[in-house]
Amino acid sequence: MTTSPTIDSQSGPLSGETTLTILYGSQTGNGKGVARQAMARAAELGLPAKLKDMGDYKMSELKKEKNLMVVVSTHGEGDPPDPAIELHEFLHGKRAPKLEGVNYSVLALGDSSYAEYCQTGADFDERLDALGATRLIDRVDCDVDFEDAAEEWIEKSLEAFVDKVDMSGPAGGVPTFVPVAAPKTTFNKKNPFNASLLEMINLNGAGSAKETWHVEVSLEGSGLTYQPGDSLGVFPTNPPEVVSALINALGLNPDVKVEAPTGEATLKDALSHSYEITLITRPVAHKYAELSRAGKLTKLLGDDRKDEFQEYIYGRDLIDLVNEFPVAGVSAQEFVGILRKLPPRLYSLASSLHVHPDEAHLTVAAVRFHSHGRGRKGVCSTYFADRIDEETEIPVYVDTNENFKMPVDPATPMIMVGPGTGVAPFRAFLEEREALGGTGRNWLFFGDQHFTTDFLYQIEWQRFLKDGILERMDVAFSRDQTQKIYVQHRMLERARDLYAWIEEGATLYVCGDESRMAHDVHEALVQIVANEGEKSREDAESYVKDLQKTKRYQRDVY
Amino acid sequence: MRGEKPKLTEVEEIKDTSDFLRGTIKEGLEDRLTGAIAASDTQLTKFHGVYQQDDRDLRNERRKQKLEPLYSFMVRVRVPGGVCTPEQWLVMDDIADTHANGTMKLTTRQAFQFHGVFKRNLKATIQEINAALLDTIAACGDVNRNVMCNPNPYQSELHAAVYECSKKVSAHLTPGTTAYHEIWLNGEKVVGRRDEEPIYGKTYLPRKFKMAFAVPPSNDIDIFSQDLGFTAIVEEGRLTGFNVSAGGGMGVTHSEPETYPRVADVIGFCLPEQVVDVAEKVVTVQRDFGDRTNRKHARLKYTIEDRGVEWFKGEVEDRLGFKLEEARPYRFDHNGDRYGWVQGHDGRWHLTLFIQNGRVKDAGAYSLKTGLREVAKIHDGDFRLTGNQNVIIAGISEENRSKVEACLKEYGMRDSCHQSGLRLNSMACVAFPTCGLAMAESERYLPGLLDKLDAVLAEVGLKDEPITIRMTGCPNGCARPYIAEIAFVGKAPGKYNLYLGGGFAGDRLNKLYRESLSEEETLRMLTPMFSEYAKERREGEHFGDFVIRKGHIAEVKSCRDFHV
Repeated sequence: MTTSPTIDSQSGPLSGETTLTILYGSQTGNGKGVARQAMARAAELGLPAKLKDMGDYKMSELKKEKNLMVVVSTHGEGDPPDPAIELHEFLHGKRAPKLEGVNYSVLALGDSSYAEYCQTGADFDERLDALGATRLIDRVDCDVDFEDAAEEWIEKSLEAFVDKVDMSGPAGGVPTFVPVAAPKTTFNKKNPFNASLLEMINLNGAGSAKETWHVEVSLEGSGLTYQPGDSLGVFPTNPPEVVSALINALGLNPDVKVEAPTGEATLKDALSHSYEITLITRPVAHKYAELSRAGKLTKLLGDDRKDEFQEYIYGRDLIDLVNEFPVAGVSAQEFVGILRKLPPRLYSLASSLHVHPDEAHLTVAAVRFHSHGRGRKGVCSTYFADRIDEETEIPVYVDTNENFKMPVDPATPMIMVGPGTGVAPFRAFLEEREALGGTGRNWLFFGDQHFTTDFLYQIEWQRFLKDGILERMDVAFSRDQTQKIYVQHRMLERARDLYAWIEEGATLYVCGDESRMAHDVHEALVQIVANEGEKSREDAESYVKDLQKTKRYQRDVY
Repeated sequence: MRGEKPKLTEVEEIKDTSDFLRGTIKEGLEDRLTGAIAASDTQLTKFHGVYQQDDRDLRNERRKQKLEPLYSFMVRVRVPGGVCTPEQWLVMDDIADTHANGTMKLTTRQAFQFHGVFKRNLKATIQEINAALLDTIAACGDVNRNVMCNPNPYQSELHAAVYECSKKVSAHLTPGTTAYHEIWLNGEKVVGRRDEEPIYGKTYLPRKFKMAFAVPPSNDIDIFSQDLGFTAIVEEGRLTGFNVSAGGGMGVTHSEPETYPRVADVIGFCLPEQVVDVAEKVVTVQRDFGDRTNRKHARLKYTIEDRGVEWFKGEVEDRLGFKLEEARPYRFDHNGDRYGWVQGHDGRWHLTLFIQNGRVKDAGAYSLKTGLREVAKIHDGDFRLTGNQNVIIAGISEENRSKVEACLKEYGMRDSCHQSGLRLNSMACVAFPTCGLAMAESERYLPGLLDKLDAVLAEVGLKDEPITIRMTGCPNGCARPYIAEIAFVGKAPGKYNLYLGGGFAGDRLNKLYRESLSEEETLRMLTPMFSEYAKERREGEHFGDFVIRKGHIAEVKSCRDFHV
């Protein structure tokens, strides 16, 4: 891992302890100037200190701080500068941590010709106080001629912090980390934990054809733990309009009681929670053919017509089946008796517990399409996108994946290929590497449709790059030019370096679409090994197979 | 200060180490992980006519979406004197659709501006502009910017003579660096050859430098707002030379009284053949004496104000090796445009079209952009961009006039000049969503505000009264607000400083009347003033003069009065 030499970007696992953090939020550069001045002065005094831009600051670091000097300006009508917006919101939000034992001082910059003069500084001061932090000196509000007042504040602050900061500790050293404990949990697939939603963010910018959600749920109190590479299993509910349309098509009463896997329930509730109705599977179609005595359907299920059947079920659901092959006089119990239980959906975990304790982050692409005259929805993706709120109990469990795990040796380089939502586990990988101080080099390939709207987690990758956690990143945006460019094309462009990394012992990870991407990436890999390693196709294939056997080429594809 | 040499600004350092404006622009264009370029390079691309911006409407939303700001670039096309051919117009029109946001902005300095050009399309955009024999170099940056020239449609020969001078100065002061070709036009870097900038040197000027040519009685290019101005002196129908004026400038910073706008001083007279020499020497004086330690104090206006006009004139004359003659009499009547048809001395026709805020776009039945494209296809003259963000379809032959009129009718442009006197004399800068400096709306807001002010004016019978009104989203002054009769300068969203009392001919600064006004407060203050103006004005008295006579605002006689 390389670290950037500038003081601005010292970050990551080294923060906290008893050193001083000088945190600034600056729009025009004045605040940054004052913060740098404070940094220089601290150095003169031999006070170990770190300088941080609020725009680059990770919220999770806040609770590790012990001594905080805050410089922040105010803009417009009492608004924070852009880089401070997120931290400002965070401090006012429900996830703001308790800050007992933290010492702080605040310098507010502003322009007194505005009504809400220095408001943002006042907000920070007030929130830090309210969260339990200790104000070492009174806040100073500065007008446009801030220089003298700022200098005085720096002197007074540092004087106050001298007693609080451990002067022996240099700003650096070995990261100290408490490993995440693995307490016993009683929650599993059979007994899912009811998680609550913390946050949902649409990662696609305005005008995108895509709809990808970053979902954060709380595991607090569950005792559930996971490793990067694991998945979260989620039990969704079916879209209500699909449930009622199906009951209508069957001509049944939604309130009639049936025996469901969870016990007695109304037909409506059973179809909502317990059974799969948005997909047609072969066994269900068989049972339905028997129930409806539809000769045409029975024929379609013949062993000689498997392709035709696959084609038929593509983009169709049970409503289509019932409409096309009506069944007269079926009872609710008979009908649910033929159905498959609603299976949980698995999502690769996009977070590291070291960075987000008690949280699970997912990257969920909302599936919506039109077929056979109706709009269709993916059950679980639209469960997140449309049907849950902060009150919803989301049944979840951890599904471990031993075949998609970070290298045991933290110095092993990683090459990660994750277009679209396939990038999710690599967010977890990189967070984990940063948190645990893994020194292996990291290279990420990402792709999607458009650069401007579909670059999932763009600013997070940029920060990983800036901080040296990611050494390289290559991107392919398929629809920004006339010819389609995908991740495998970027891999081929970088063939020489990629092969060199593999030869040096890198582990290669691929996550995402199975049907095309994984195949194309695999093919590119074989080609790269053949060309760069000057091997025959056969030898290249066996080289790649060896990589797989030795777990140096791992895939999580779906 | 402890006797140390004052520290140069960061931008000076960037210029100094940029290898004649190269920096790492080339590498930045190839970085696929961001739509932006390196922060230090954003200073350098300005010299190439390219400004990095982002969609501020989306900034907050995208931050939450974990996306970087929606970066794009403003590309400014240098059009000396504002004259372009129909073929060039068609290329600009096409670029707007293929690489930019589908519109063109005609600027207050007679240039074309494209907004919303993504990094990956920048090179193609600039290549297409250059293929049309226009360019973008020095359209922004600390150099002599687009040279303005009164587009004067009717005195054809006179325009030709003055325009020729402006083109010569523009060419003479164009930066000599080969970085522009190298970066944008795939030019080869010549090994062993060193770039030279005999006039500018490797750190160029301390700040932007603006120059214009006026032909009285029209002051449409706002000669007194320019760093350097040449006012044509015409005697017996012949161009005898130019009055030279220097030290004008608009930019101000809120709450910093040591910054101020300034109207230029007339310092003498020179012959047409001396214009290039005078311009070069003025530029070198500013190069050597301008303040490179503070960008808010770096324009020529501060150099002159700090050291005195006489010192400045002497320094210029020393370098010229001759004395400027005494300035000759001249008179400006107005700084707005005169709309509609006019016939030139050569018998050809010219039509000045009103273009609200210079924005060329299609808006329903009023299909300005399509209409002008159709005109360009059949036009046998040229187009002239005016300093008031309008366009003149110039040099139309007698037989083509009816075709042009048919186009105007078909695309709903025929009555575009039938507006209130206030609107016809209005200007607004771009501001939100693209300008990084904007503190409040400007272009998107002024038309609506004008609707309300027009209603007040109509009620008191002043619908057709020409009153100059200008709005900018920040105090930097792109729409030259400080010489308007009424000006709004953005302070915060929905809040504007109101300035009153500028000269109708662009010859007197206005003054701050009230700070941080909402729209409601603005209307409450201007309504009684308009009504009083309607009743009590003297014959031919302009609004800016009236509010001073009535004591609503003090007259600003020099820039030192602006804040007093």
